[in-house]
Amino acid sequence: MVGNSVNGAGGTNGSTAGGEVAGRTVTVGGVRVAGVTHEYALHGRPLPVLDDLTLTIGSGEFTAVVGPSGSGKSTLLRLLAGLETPTRGRLFVDGRPIQGPHPSRALVFQDPTLFPWRTVRRNVEVGPQARGKLGEQRDRVGETLELVGLSAFADAYPSQLSGGMAQRAALARALVNEPELLLLDEPLGRLDALTRLAMQRELLNLWLARRFTAILVTHDVDEALRLADRVIVLSDRPARVLADVPVTAPRPRLTDEAELRVQRRHILDLLGAGADAWT
Amino acid sequence: MTASAIGDVERAGHSGGSGGSTAGPYGKGGRGVGFRPPVAAYFAVLVWAVAAALTLLLPDRQDVPYTSALGVVAALVALAVLVLALVARVAERIRHWGPWLAASGYWFVFWEVSTAKTDRLSVPYFTSPQGLWEAMWNDHDLLVSSFLNSLRLLVIGFTLGAVAGVLTGISMAWWRRTDYWVHPILMSLGPVPATAWLPLILVIFPSTYSGSVFMMTIAVWFPVTVLTRSGISGVGRAYYDVAQTLGAGSGYLVWRVAVPAALPQIFVGLFMGLGSSFITLVVAEMLGVKDGLGWYIQWTKGWAAYPRMYGAIVLMIVLCAGAMTVLFKLRSRALRWQKDLVRW
Repeated sequence: MVGNSVNGAGGTNGSTAGGEVAGRTVTVGGVRVAGVTHEYALHGRPLPVLDDLTLTIGSGEFTAVVGPSGSGKSTLLRLLAGLETPTRGRLFVDGRPIQGPHPSRALVFQDPTLFPWRTVRRNVEVGPQARGKLGEQRDRVGETLELVGLSAFADAYPSQLSGGMAQRAALARALVNEPELLLLDEPLGRLDALTRLAMQRELLNLWLARRFTAILVTHDVDEALRLADRVIVLSDRPARVLADVPVTAPRPRLTDEAELRVQRRHILDLLGAGADAWT
Repeated sequence: MTASAIGDVERAGHSGGSGGSTAGPYGKGGRGVGFRPPVAAYFAVLVWAVAAALTLLLPDRQDVPYTSALGVVAALVALAVLVLALVARVAERIRHWGPWLAASGYWFVFWEVSTAKTDRLSVPYFTSPQGLWEAMWNDHDLLVSSFLNSLRLLVIGFTLGAVAGVLTGISMAWWRRTDYWVHPILMSLGPVPATAWLPLILVIFPSTYSGSVFMMTIAVWFPVTVLTRSGISGVGRAYYDVAQTLGAGSGYLVWRVAVPAALPQIFVGLFMGLGSSFITLVVAEMLGVKDGLGWYIQWTKGWAAYPRMYGAIVLMIVLCAGAMTVLFKLRSRALRWQKDLVRW
C-alpha cells in the first residue's frame, strides 16, 4: 500500500518524544500551544473547555491526545486547524501564529464528511481545486488514491463505500494537499474492530511514508499506545494536561508487551478507568 | 466500477444501482426466468383490433370526416403493439405498458362509440376523435404559433424566476443583513398568487408581454427562493469546515459546497415554481397577452368552437407534461449521486 517515498521508515521512532525540535533539519509542522484557554457560550453562560493549556509538539512527531469524552480534545484540534480562535492564549505552527484555516494543516473527522455529490476522485480533488491548482496537481490526486488503496473505487460515490473505505477517502482528501500537520479527530472511532486495526496499520504506514506531524485525538488508549511517539492525557473539562507519556517501544507494537501494559494501566488510572474503577 | 460490484466486495445486501432491478416497495422483481410472454400486451392487441373493426364497420351517426383513416390508425396501433410484443429486446418494456395500452384501447372505443357512432355525447360540447383531429388540422397554423408563444413565455418567465430565486435564496442564507431585509418581503408578498397582481401589472408595465413575464417570474421566484434559502441554511457546518481546511475561499464555499449540497431542495423549489408558472401562464394569456394557448382556449370558447378548444387543451397537456419531463430529466442528471438514496 505504501512504499514509495519512504524515508527512514521504522527507524526513527521515539527520537522526538517530548523534546524540542529547534535545530533539526526537518522543521516544518512543529506546534506550540501557549497558555490557551477556550470557552464556549452555553445558554448565555461561558463554558470553559480548555484551561491554560501549554504544549510543544515536535516536527514530524506522532502525538496522541486522550481524555474523557467532552474534555475539549476536539476543540484543541479545531483551534489548531484555525476553525476557531482561542478565548485567551496563542497557537503557533513553526513559530507563526495560527490565524485561520490553511491547507498545510489538514483535519480528518470521525465522520468521513465526504461530499456525497462528488465521486471519490472528485472528493480528493477538492483541495487542489479550492487552491486553483487542479490542473498541475491532477497526477497527485491519482497517486494519493493509490496510496490509500482506492484507485479501483475512484469513480464510486460515497454512498457506495463501506465505512473503512470512506475514511480512507477522507484521509486521501486530507493528504493530497501534502499537509505539514495532520489533525485526526477520532478518525477510526466509527469503524468495527477489525477494520480499525487494519486502518491503524495503514495510518502508521502513511505517517512513516510522509512524515507529517500527526496529532491523533482518540478515546482508545490502546490505539494511542500502538501508534504514537507520545501520549498526552487531558483532564476532564476544562482540560489541563494530566500527563505526557513518551512511548519508546519499537514499532510495530503489540499492546500486550510488558512496557506498554504498564503505560496503559498508568493512563487508564489517570482517566479514572483503571483497575480501581472496576472494584 | 459499478455500485453492485462494490456492494459485492464490501457490503452484502446493499442494493445495486443500475440494471433495472424492480425489487422495492412493489415486491418481487421479474428478471432472469427466461422469456415470459407479455400477456396484457397481447390483450391490448385484441382491444385495438376490435376498436379498428368497430370504427370501420359501424356506420357514423355524426357527420364526421376521416372515419376510415381513423380505423386504419387503430389497426396500425394493434399491429405495432403485436410486433413490439414479439421482439424479445423490448418485451420487458411492452410488458410494463401492456395494461395501459389495453386501457387506452378501451377509452378509444368508448370515445368513438359514444360520439361518432351513437351520438350520445353530441356536438357542439363534445367531439369525436376524428372531429378533434379535423379541428386541429384545419387550424394548425394558429395552434402551432400559439403553442410556440406559450412555450416562449414559459421558458423566459421560468428561467428568470428560477435564476432570481436561486440568487435571492443564496444571498439570504449567506448574509444576515440580506435576510433581515428580504425575509419579511418574501413572507408577506411571496404567498400572494402572482395572478392577483395582474390588474396592477397591466397598468405599470409598458407592454402586456413584459408584464406577463414579470408575473411568471415572481410566481417562480417565491418557492425557489424559500427552498434555496432553507436548503443552504441546512447544510452542515462540517462540510464548510472540511472545505476550509482544504483551502477553500468563500466563493468555493458558496458554489462548490453550499449549492450542490442544497440542490435536492432547490429542485423541489423548481418543481413547485414550474407548477405555479403553468397557472400564471394560462391566466396571463387569457387576461393579458392576446396570444398563446391560454388565449386560444378563451377565444374559441367565446364562440363555442369546442373541438378547437379541446385541441388547444391537448397541446397544453403536451406543453406542461413536456416541461415537467425536462425538469425531471435535469434533476436525475444533476442528482444522480442520490439515485440510491431517493426514489421519486
